Amino acid sequence: MNYFLTEEQEMLRELCAQIAREKILPVRAEYDESGEFPWDVVKVMAESDIYGVYIPEEYGGFGGGVMEMCIATEELSKVCGGIALAFAASALGAYPILLFGSDEQKKKYLPDIAAGKKLAAFALTEANAGSDAGAIETRAELDGDEYVLNGTKQWITNGGEAETYTVLARTSKGTGIRGMSCLIVEKDTPGFTFGKKEDKMGIRGSATRELVFQDCRVPRENVLGGREGTGFVIAMRTFDKSRPGVAAQAVGIAQGAFEEAAKYARHREQFGQPVGSFQAVQFMLADMATQIEAARALVYQTARSVDAGEKDIAKISAMAKVFASDVAMKVTTDAVQILGGYGYMKEYPVEKMMRDAKITQIYEGTNQIQRSIIGSAVIKESAARERNE
Amino acid sequence: MGHVSSIEVLEDRCVGCTLCVKACLYDAIEMVDGVAVIKDNCTLCGACVEPCKFDAIILRKEHREEEGVDIGDFKGVWVVAEQRNGEVHDVSYELLGRGRDLANARGAALGAVLLGSKLGDAAGALIEHGADVVYVVDDPALEHYLDEPYANAVAALIQKHKPEIVLTGATAVGRSLIPRVAIQVRAGLTADCTALDIDDEKGLLLQTRPAFGGNIMATIVCPNHRPQMATVRHKVMTALEPDPAREGEIVLEKLPTKLFETKTEFVEFVKDATSTINIADADIIVSGGRGLGGPENFEMLKSLADAVGGAVGASRAAVDAGWIPYSHQVGQTGKTVQPKLYIACGISGAVQHLAGMQSSDVIVAINKDPDAPIFKMATYGVVGDVFEVVPALTKKLAAEFS
Amino acid sequence: MKAVVLIKQVPDTTDVRIDRETNTLIREGVPSIINPFDMYAIEEGLRIVEAAGDGSVTVMSMGPPQVEDALREALSLGVDDAVLLSDRAFAGSDTWSTSYTLAAGIRKLDDYDIVLCGKQAIDGDTAQVGPGVAQFLGVPQVTYARNIVVEDGAATVERMLEDGYDVVRVPLPAVVTVVKDINEPRLPSLKGKMKAKKAEITVWSSDDLTVDEGELGLDGSPTRVVRVFAPEEREGGTIFEGEVADTVEQLTAELVPILKGEG
Repeated sequence: MNYFLTEEQEMLRELCAQIAREKILPVRAEYDESGEFPWDVVKVMAESDIYGVYIPEEYGGFGGGVMEMCIATEELSKVCGGIALAFAASALGAYPILLFGSDEQKKKYLPDIAAGKKLAAFALTEANAGSDAGAIETRAELDGDEYVLNGTKQWITNGGEAETYTVLARTSKGTGIRGMSCLIVEKDTPGFTFGKKEDKMGIRGSATRELVFQDCRVPRENVLGGREGTGFVIAMRTFDKSRPGVAAQAVGIAQGAFEEAAKYARHREQFGQPVGSFQAVQFMLADMATQIEAARALVYQTARSVDAGEKDIAKISAMAKVFASDVAMKVTTDAVQILGGYGYMKEYPVEKMMRDAKITQIYEGTNQIQRSIIGSAVIKESAARERNE
Repeated sequence: MGHVSSIEVLEDRCVGCTLCVKACLYDAIEMVDGVAVIKDNCTLCGACVEPCKFDAIILRKEHREEEGVDIGDFKGVWVVAEQRNGEVHDVSYELLGRGRDLANARGAALGAVLLGSKLGDAAGALIEHGADVVYVVDDPALEHYLDEPYANAVAALIQKHKPEIVLTGATAVGRSLIPRVAIQVRAGLTADCTALDIDDEKGLLLQTRPAFGGNIMATIVCPNHRPQMATVRHKVMTALEPDPAREGEIVLEKLPTKLFETKTEFVEFVKDATSTINIADADIIVSGGRGLGGPENFEMLKSLADAVGGAVGASRAAVDAGWIPYSHQVGQTGKTVQPKLYIACGISGAVQHLAGMQSSDVIVAINKDPDAPIFKMATYGVVGDVFEVVPALTKKLAAEFS
Repeated sequence: MKAVVLIKQVPDTTDVRIDRETNTLIREGVPSIINPFDMYAIEEGLRIVEAAGDGSVTVMSMGPPQVEDALREALSLGVDDAVLLSDRAFAGSDTWSTSYTLAAGIRKLDDYDIVLCGKQAIDGDTAQVGPGVAQFLGVPQVTYARNIVVEDGAATVERMLEDGYDVVRVPLPAVVTVVKDINEPRLPSLKGKMKAKKAEITVWSSDDLTVDEGELGLDGSPTRVVRVFAPEEREGGTIFEGEVADTVEQLTAELVPILKGEG
């Protein structure tokens, strides 16, 4: 389907596709196996200006928005959803600064992130706080001009590789979603260490680690949003912007898997003909293609709405994420099915894509949370419609 | 004014069959209202003329007579020989082999040009391999190959003796040297010829060579300029059996030393420590491609090669992946080989690879993909897992030849 | 440090075939690309100028107007200027006329320290234009360079040979042709692509160059193509399929006589 991208968006897409084809495709299986962090790909993406696509020009970026971030993420994910996170997760980590940072904070941190010189990472999740973000226990206690951080974050993407961390911590007593703040913490700050690297089912070309804060002192001015207590809002607004990115990752993974399946169906012959000529397989491909297109259209329209300044984006962001990730899981599973025995073997790329797809239904808000968001939004809308009757 | 050559579509003959459009390499023909129209990116290569069954395309090539050059003055077939430390490169002998036939067809003498210093017996060796006369330029300034002195010397000799045909090996040195000579003597040069013949009608040298990565063959002539120059790769032509009793003339040429002046400095030659056998010389080659999966698996190929006394080669994919040094690369951008036996393991058979080994006597392909293109031209093919077939084959052959 | 890189736009030759029945070329939508070896020359030019700290890279090509796409691609990699030599008079050039014309173009640039190009073009495969240009310019050359170090007005170059490499030192200006071993070409950047889109490409016709018209194009070319045909097809032979033990035995049976010299 023609999405009537601008010339610049097409240029971005082509460039990301070239990077994916020439630099990621030859190494994705190796990174999936070893779980090593793909610094060589990071370097190429940085040199090609990819890291700055969503960052304003005044901070060294390309001046694009969520749409550009999605285009880049999608193209990279078509080849490897894990390595794509070296870019996408950095965007997630940078958004709090981009959206809520003071001019000084933006000037200090964004240029290096835009240049790909430093990666960013977003740290909210803890062992006891996943979907229930309000349950975080990491504390940041003010002591003079510094906050003292104590606590542990879990499953942080780019953890250990990034230099710039946007961390959610409790700055006032009490529990629940109030009293949280978002602070910028730099790697190598004394008291900030990393736990072991997680051994994951999929997206193994990305780094996932624990962050451990033990009396870690952070300058007072590293609070985002101008004051304490804005943490939860910052996190939610960040997700509104980054969820289309996860959705784009899911669409990319699905597209990559679909293309492998379609190619295989054309070449593989059984009973004297290509298996793609059997209706059973063709109908599967038809459904896969339709679902991917629907997901992509939803993601792009959501991204464009966000960039156009639409206020009510929570519901549509959630819709894009839940739909695209469910599609990715279905499409990659079907792709393995179409490749049959070969699909199950590591020698062929689709089993990895299926393993990669699963996380998109879980992180940045599980699909159950997404449905909860959508559910309460549509109930409110129904009530509003009734009032107007 | 200026260029007179032109190409034209005779509209009343064109029926719009589009065979010419399909034939054009440069996408320079389009159909407008059912008639072929030639666009401005046409290179006048003439590939569209023959396919047209209606003779609707006319390519007028203007033949210019070079002022002051009477091509009848030029006589003789020369081979510019390559040597290092007094050892003549085999390709020079191979060219003398073919040169002998060409000289006979032209009723002319076969000469060789030998440049260098401390040349030992090289001139004699050239005569043993078929040269009637060897022009020797022996000077310390020529001890190491340098482009300008060598090119100036060869050009001077050509201007003095006016050979009709000049051949050189398409080696790194040859391909560097001979274009400079061709420009200096205002001659046409064709590179990497796979066949050289004399045309019956006009006695022209017919130079046949691959183009477009070996996907097509082209025959080239140089009608109005002399000498007609061509380079040929190692192992394409066949040398004559050396005859120690053969007699020939050795002419020591004294050239003005200012021809050897150059500001280029030869510093040193570094031998590639990684290649023990030059694969171009091997009679048996066991080659590995992308299907080998990694550098360590080339050990498996080495075992097979050792069992049969062969060398290890590789496709570009394996070299590009860093699994084996470039000196082992067989193919269009690697070495051309012509062994008795070529065993291709995990190589799909991309055209560029085939270009480097298709003249092997016997080709064996081992690949798990039954549709791999290499099976179409292999004498024997085994569809199977390289990691199972090669060790099993090694074991069996080692037993036979131990 | 002024580097000039000569590039050629070529059809992606992996896709070019001859239809044996009609003896015509099958060239379904073959894309045009920058000659792959020239990509390495562009990268080397950029590296040499970056190492010198100051200077520019100019890319030059001879061909029809569509070659502008190739020049823009070079610009997106960071090249500073692009010059296209384009004229109907250049059509049909063999390597002689091409070298002559490109040398005239370089002379018009007036100031250059090093001329770089790929070792050969993948359509013609002759490797003649680099040395040809050097001879016409009257400057030294080094071919098959796998490493170049520029210092004090000279280049120390490792020239690849079949069994090793020569190290030679040439004073600049000089022409150097490069092989793939020399570097790893960079990918374009977004900024580069934007800049390339808007850039102005200088176009010179034969009128802009100091040339003798008789040396141009088909008329200036000493060589002529008289025939184009499909290469001889090598026939496929016997294929063994099945259990490894069986196929290996069958193959061995065929190979042993050959290896013993009886085949």
